[in-house]
Amino acid sequence: MDNNNIPRTLPLQSATFSNPINAEIRRAAATGIYDIRGGGAKRRVPHFDDLLFLGASVSRYPLEGYREKCDTKVVLGTRFAKKPIVLDIPITIAGMSFGALSGPAKEALGRGASAAGTSTTTGDGGMTAEERTHSTQLVYQYLPSRYGMNPDDLRKADAIEIVVGQGAKPGGGGMLLGQKISDRVAEMRTLPKGIDQRSSCRHPDWTGPDDLEIKILELREITDWQVPIYIKIGGTRPYYDTALAVKAGADVVVLDGMQGGTAATQDVFIEHVGLPTLACIRPAVQALQDLGMHREVQLVISGGIRTGADVAKALALGADAVSIGTAAMVAIGDNDPKWEEEYQKLGSTTGAYDDWHEGLDPAGITTQTTELQSRIDPIDAGRRLRNYLKVLTLEAQTIARACGHNNLHNLEPEDLCALTMEAAAMAKIPLAGTDWYPGKGGC
Amino acid sequence: MQTYNLEADGLRGLNSTLQAQSSAVTEDNWEVVNPKGSHAIACGLNAPINVTVNGSTGYYCAGMNQLASVHVKGSVGPGVAENMMSGKVIVEGDASQYAGATAHGGLLVIKGNASSRCGISMKGVDIVVHGNIGHMSAFMAQAGNLVVCGDAGDALGDSLYEAQLFVRGSVKSLGADCIEKDVRPEHIEILKDLLARAECDAKPEEFKRYGSARQLYNFDVDNAQAY
Repeated sequence: MDNNNIPRTLPLQSATFSNPINAEIRRAAATGIYDIRGGGAKRRVPHFDDLLFLGASVSRYPLEGYREKCDTKVVLGTRFAKKPIVLDIPITIAGMSFGALSGPAKEALGRGASAAGTSTTTGDGGMTAEERTHSTQLVYQYLPSRYGMNPDDLRKADAIEIVVGQGAKPGGGGMLLGQKISDRVAEMRTLPKGIDQRSSCRHPDWTGPDDLEIKILELREITDWQVPIYIKIGGTRPYYDTALAVKAGADVVVLDGMQGGTAATQDVFIEHVGLPTLACIRPAVQALQDLGMHREVQLVISGGIRTGADVAKALALGADAVSIGTAAMVAIGDNDPKWEEEYQKLGSTTGAYDDWHEGLDPAGITTQTTELQSRIDPIDAGRRLRNYLKVLTLEAQTIARACGHNNLHNLEPEDLCALTMEAAAMAKIPLAGTDWYPGKGGC
Repeated sequence: MQTYNLEADGLRGLNSTLQAQSSAVTEDNWEVVNPKGSHAIACGLNAPINVTVNGSTGYYCAGMNQLASVHVKGSVGPGVAENMMSGKVIVEGDASQYAGATAHGGLLVIKGNASSRCGISMKGVDIVVHGNIGHMSAFMAQAGNLVVCGDAGDALGDSLYEAQLFVRGSVKSLGADCIEKDVRPEHIEILKDLLARAECDAKPEEFKRYGSARQLYNFDVDNAQAY
């Protein structure tokens, strides 16, 4: 046989040792340092896309779109606070620090959220004048590092969020690399300019839920029991963590799944620790129901909320509100294709740029560089965020009306079906076309 | 002097009364009786008043203090003067864990011993302990001075930033990136001032100084064994 005519085996890429995996092995071998990046889990996990709404038919009748009212208001912090937070829409802006984000970006978030009738949230590093001025309702994060923490700002807040963990890195702290430590950031955090700033993984002056209860007492005493106290947890053991947060005295539990973003942490942490958002909601709701606290202590869900459908699904599963971080950043200009040439120079591309810790963000959002920051117009960016929040709300209302509800909070699990076994099991929603989900009836 | 009976009149009443002095001081001197180990006594104060607590307290006594002088004639639970911004807190007895945690300013004096993690993550406060301090004290301490007239436990100043530590007695062990440094004349002056304000008769020359080696300030994989 002519050797030239022998059919050859096609080169086959390994599913296990894929090109991205091999590239990471080579990068690790060259540098000796694990990969750090921003954002949340990029791997495919069961998510809201794996659920569908059933809509109304003969057994239920729908409400008229554009005509019949569908209420979106939500009140957070009704348990103990004298002044709960009243929001026009059940979509809040998640905590993101000044330091990780530029001043104009924080201002844009405040402007957009306020225009849409919702709250925004500080982050590590304290409260800036820009965000307080431009946020009609501002949640002050009380973090383990206590960078920039002071009682004057605490008393200016409309709510306090004690951060125990976040979905991107439950159990882990953070690191703001020296490149982003400008004079202002250094001063706010009481640390030298240019050094890496470690954010602790646990609080310095309490351990465990019994201590947390006393910490909450102190915060309430300092703020005259006026404002709600949230507890933010990463999605790990949502049933027990929610129950313990309630026991400790939380007004609101904020539960963040693994798709929730971070300013910077190890990629291995983001992709391999924590639960998908979808798997967090039902156990948390169950904990609240078992304690007789569902709707008494409000549940805010975050991590991968992108559309009004996601909002509606989270609410249908029992959440009182959702929180967005990554989507809000995209709305104000993060990963915009108009910067593609510059993303390429940084070795990335539109949609994939996540080296937020390096401070070189072409969009001017995750940077402290004056020239880059000037690329974001906080008024225009704030307007885009408002528009986006309005669209999320309209989409969620559209779905709720189609399911026959005159209030987003009347959405319920019975409005949903699951497309996959995994989603059915995690959300305890029947597989489409059946009345069964894994675990139901003990099988 | 106005006396407040905590057992009879309750925590909220005490704190709201003392906090109201921030808008207008109506009484300079306050006495709290029957504290019975209650938590969050005299927290969130923001006025130049003197508060004497006759007895021992629970967690977070004088937490986030601004301007006030709080004198505890007893011992204190965890987190005394946590996140203090200014003013003075004096404890006649011992202090539990996290004394002066994350505090930005002011002076904290503990005339007895302080437990573990004293001065953890301190951000500018001055702390003087007449006795000993426990393990992991001044962990990640960023700024300020910690003066210990007795001994220090394990891992003193672990992952220290720019805070200065002065210890008269022994140090069981130093934490990562914490080293002994020279005591220069300016440090003697700091000690003189703090010891005088803390009513401590120790001599500044008897102290050793510890601070950050600054080797962990920027991540370097070759330092990974230190973590």
